[in-house]
Amino acid sequence: MQPTDIRQPDYFHKVVDCQWACPAHTPVPEYIRLIAAQRYADAYMINWKSNVFPGILGRTCDRPCEPACRRGRVEDEPVAICRLKRVAADNKGEVAHMMPPKAVKKNGKRVACIGAGPASLTVARDLLPLGYEVHIYDGEAKGGGMIRTQIPRFRLPESVIDEEVNYILAYEPVTHFGKRVDSLKAVLAEGYDAIFVGTGAPRGRDLDLPGQKEAGANVHIGIDWLSSVSFEHVDKIGKRVIVLGGGNTAMDCCRTSRRLGGEDVKVVVRSGFDEMKASPWEKEDAQHEGIPILNFLNPKEFTHKNGKLTGVLFTKMGWVEKDGKRKLEPTGEPDVHLECDDVLMAVGQENSFPWIERDIGMEFNKWNMPVVDEATFQSSIPNVFFGGDSAFGPKNIIWAVAHGHDAAVSIDLFLTGQDVKQRPPPGVSMMSTKMGIHEWSYDNDVSLDLRYKVPMVENEVALRNVKVEVEKGFDPLLGYKEAQRCLNCDVQTVFAGPICIECDACVDICPMDCITFTENGEETELRERLNAPALNLTQDIYVGDGLKTGRIMAKDEDVCLHCGLCAERCPTGAWDMQQFYLEMTHAGCGGNPPQRTRAPKPVAAE
Amino acid sequence: MTYIAKPSLHHPSLERNSVGFTRRDYEGRISTLCAGCGHDSISASIIQACFEIDLEPHRLAKFSGIGCSSKTPDYFVGPAHGFNAVHGRMPSVLTGANIAAKDLIYLGVSGDGDSASIGLGQFCHAVRRGVNMTYICENNGVYGLTKGQFSATSDKGSKAKKGAENKDSAIDLVMLALQLGATYVGRSFSGDKHQLVPLIKGALSHKGTSFIDVISPCVAFNNHVGSTKSFDYVREHNEAVNRMDVITPRAPITADYKAGELKEVVQHDGSILRLRKLEDDYDATDRNAALGYLARKASEGEIVTGLLYVDPDASDLHDGLNTVSCQLNKLTDQELIPSLSALEKINDSLR
Repeated sequence: MQPTDIRQPDYFHKVVDCQWACPAHTPVPEYIRLIAAQRYADAYMINWKSNVFPGILGRTCDRPCEPACRRGRVEDEPVAICRLKRVAADNKGEVAHMMPPKAVKKNGKRVACIGAGPASLTVARDLLPLGYEVHIYDGEAKGGGMIRTQIPRFRLPESVIDEEVNYILAYEPVTHFGKRVDSLKAVLAEGYDAIFVGTGAPRGRDLDLPGQKEAGANVHIGIDWLSSVSFEHVDKIGKRVIVLGGGNTAMDCCRTSRRLGGEDVKVVVRSGFDEMKASPWEKEDAQHEGIPILNFLNPKEFTHKNGKLTGVLFTKMGWVEKDGKRKLEPTGEPDVHLECDDVLMAVGQENSFPWIERDIGMEFNKWNMPVVDEATFQSSIPNVFFGGDSAFGPKNIIWAVAHGHDAAVSIDLFLTGQDVKQRPPPGVSMMSTKMGIHEWSYDNDVSLDLRYKVPMVENEVALRNVKVEVEKGFDPLLGYKEAQRCLNCDVQTVFAGPICIECDACVDICPMDCITFTENGEETELRERLNAPALNLTQDIYVGDGLKTGRIMAKDEDVCLHCGLCAERCPTGAWDMQQFYLEMTHAGCGGNPPQRTRAPKPVAAE
Repeated sequence: MTYIAKPSLHHPSLERNSVGFTRRDYEGRISTLCAGCGHDSISASIIQACFEIDLEPHRLAKFSGIGCSSKTPDYFVGPAHGFNAVHGRMPSVLTGANIAAKDLIYLGVSGDGDSASIGLGQFCHAVRRGVNMTYICENNGVYGLTKGQFSATSDKGSKAKKGAENKDSAIDLVMLALQLGATYVGRSFSGDKHQLVPLIKGALSHKGTSFIDVISPCVAFNNHVGSTKSFDYVREHNEAVNRMDVITPRAPITADYKAGELKEVVQHDGSILRLRKLEDDYDATDRNAALGYLARKASEGEIVTGLLYVDPDASDLHDGLNTVSCQLNKLTDQELIPSLSALEKINDSLR
C-alpha cells in the first residue's frame, strides 16, 4: 500500500464518521465537547452555523450521524448525537449577539426564494448577511414550511420553530407570506437576479382504492391531515383509526391520532416490520404509546355502509423467492378486514410542479422533474436554482439545509460573475492537543457508560394534549454523561515514521488492537494479517512509512477509540493526537475557505 | 506514566481460548514504567503466551524481586498468584513455593541487576537444582531505576548515555544457565514478539528449569549509539538460530510449512516444539555444542537468539527429592503423623 496522504482533507474527515455522514458536515465532536464543558451557547453556534436549525434538528433530525457513529461499532449503541444537540439548544441562553451582523450595505442583487422551508431559509440566511436582497414567498402565513406544517407539536413545540425561523427573519428579508406562487413565469418576470426553488415535496400519495369515493369523508391524506392539525383546523378523529404506510409520516399520523381521540389506532404496512422506512426510534415511540404495527397487509378496498367508512380490506402478503430475488407477493390466504372510523394514508410523498410552466425553457426529465445539477443545484435556466425535497425528491431537513448551503454558494458565485462549478474547498486545520507529558486538551479517558435514554412525559399526560412535548430532553447532568460517551474521533492519531523506534509500546497498549508494524503488502492481503483483521472495508488503513526496519505502520481506523494511549506510551512522540477541524465553506468566501472560527474561550464575569 | 486505565472496550473480533478467556483477560494493571520500555513488550508477550496455551489464571504463580523488571508481574495476568520478594531473593522464595505446591505453574520475572548482581548466587542455585519454573530475565544492561549505571550484563566496551565506557566483563546468563544444567534455554528480544511468544509458551509447558534471557532496551538510559542493548544495535546484530512454533496438546495441528529442515521436540506434557532451523549447523538438543556456538558468536559481537537448548525428558527438583505425588501443602496430619503402630514398629527396629 502507498503511505497515507493525511494532507488530503477527506482522509481524516472520513475518520470523523458522524461529520462525514452528516449532509451539512457539522463538526459533531467539537460541539459535544463544548456541551460537556457546559459551553452551550458555543456548542449551539457551531451547530447554527452548520445546520441552521439546531433546536429543531435536535428534536426531529433523521440523524444519519448516529448509525455512522464509531461508538456503535465498539459497543451496543451510538452516542445520542441528535438529543445532545437539543441540550445545547435548550440551555444556550441568548445567542443573537454571536450571529453575523446584518449587512450594512446592500449589494444591489435581488434573490427570490420560493417556499419558506428549511432549504429556502438556509439560502436566505447565507445570502442576507452578504448584502443580498432576499424575497421569500410562501403560501402559509409563517415561515418554516414542512417543519411547521408536518411535524406534530408533541415532537416539536411551535416556540422552537418561531425562535429559529426568527433568527433568519431578523436579517430582514422581504417576506411574501400567505401568497402561494402559482407561476414561475410570473416570478421570472419580476426581474430577480436569481431564483431559488425550495418548495419541497408537498403532495401526499393517494392510493385511490375501491370504496374511497363513497367513504372519502373519513379517508385522509396523511401530510394534509397533519398540517390541518398543526393549523388547528382539525382537532379530533374517530375512536378507531387505521394508518396506512410505514414511514416517519405514518408514525406522526398514528401518534397524533392517539392524542385527538383515537383509542384503537393501528399502523398497517404492506411489507415486513423490519423493512419499514420509519426510523427505528420512531417505531419504538409509536409502540410505546400503545400503537400496534401490523405487517404484510396490502390495502385492497375501503368498506362502507350508508356512505360511511366501516373498515379496510387487506390482502395478506409474504416474501417469495423468485430467480434469486425476494419479492413481496400475496400469499393466497383469505383477506383480512379491519374495522375503523378513519383512515390516514401515509404511503409516500411526491414533488409537484404544476406551477412551473413548461414553455419557459426549463428542461424536465422523464419523471417530469426539473433537471438539476447535483453539485451546483443549478437548473437549465442559469439563474434558477433548486434545493431540498424539490431538487431530488423527498429526503429530510438536514439534507435540505445542506442543499441550501450549496445553492447559496452557487447563487453567490453566479451573481459575482464566477464559475458555479468551481466549488470552494472546506476550511481544514490540524492542531496538537498535547498539553503535558500525558495531558491532552480533550478528555481521553473513555467513558464506559451505555447510551442514556431521554426522559419522557408519561403516556397519561402526553396522550391528553397534542401540544405537550413528549420528550423532556436530557437535563445538563444527563447531557454531560451522554456527551462523555463521545470518542472524540476528530482528535486524530497522527504518526511520524522517521522518529519511531519501533518499540511496540503503542501496539501493546492499544485496547482495540488497531496498530500493526509489518511488512508492506497489497491492501486486501494486508487487511487479513493485521493484529486484528481489518474487515470493515468502509474504513481506511492508515499506512505510515519511513521506519528504520523498512516495515510499515498500519493502523485500522475502524474501531480506534481515540483514547490517545498510543501517544501516551510513545517514547519519542512519533504519535501525536491532533484535532482535525473541518468547516464547510458557505456563501461569501469568494473561493477562500473559512478561517478556523473556533468558539472563543468564555470571558470571566466581571 | 499513564494515569488512565486501559479501556475495557475491545476489538469486536477478539477471540476466546478453550478455557473461555480473551487475551484481554490476561492483562494486569496499567504499566507505570517509562513509555516505550521493552519490559512492557515482554509483559504483552507473556499475556499472549498465557492466552495461547489456555492457561487458567489461578494456576499461575508469578514471582519477582526488585527493579523495573520486577514491577512487571503487576502488569500481566492480574488474577494469578504473586509474590514480590526482596532484592535478588526471588529464586529462593519461588523454590520454597514450588516445594510446597508443585502443581502450579511458576514464572519468575527478574532483571539483570536482580539476577546477575545481587541475586547471582540465588539464580545459580535455583537453576542447578532444576526447579520446575520459567525464569525470564528482562535484560537491559543498565540500572534503570538508579539512573543508568552499567549492570553486570553490560558488554565490555559498551557506552553509557553520557559516554563512559564499560571496562568490566559481562556475565552471560544464558551461558551460565547452560553450564548449571537448565533444561530449556532461550534468548530473545523484546522487539520481536514473533520469536518471544513461542519461546515463553514452550517454557511454560516445559518440565524443569526454563531460562529465557530477553534483551529489553531501556529507552531512558540505554538506547543510544554505543550501547549494545539498544533497539538499533540488537536489530542489527540479532542472529536467530531457529524459529519455533509451539503446538499445545489441545490445539489442532494446522500449521503449514514450506520446505526446510523441521525438528519436532515433544515435551513432557505432550506439547510439541516445532523448530525451523535458520542456522544449518545448530542443534538445539546438544548442550555442549550450544555452549561452543554461543562463545564463538559472542566473540564476534553477534547476539544469538532463539531456542538455544532443550532437553524434553528433563527431570526436576521434585524428581530429585523423590517427593510424594500429592502436593506437599495438601498433606494432612493423617499422612504426616505416623500412627501408634507405625511408631512402635520404628521403635522396635531400633531396640
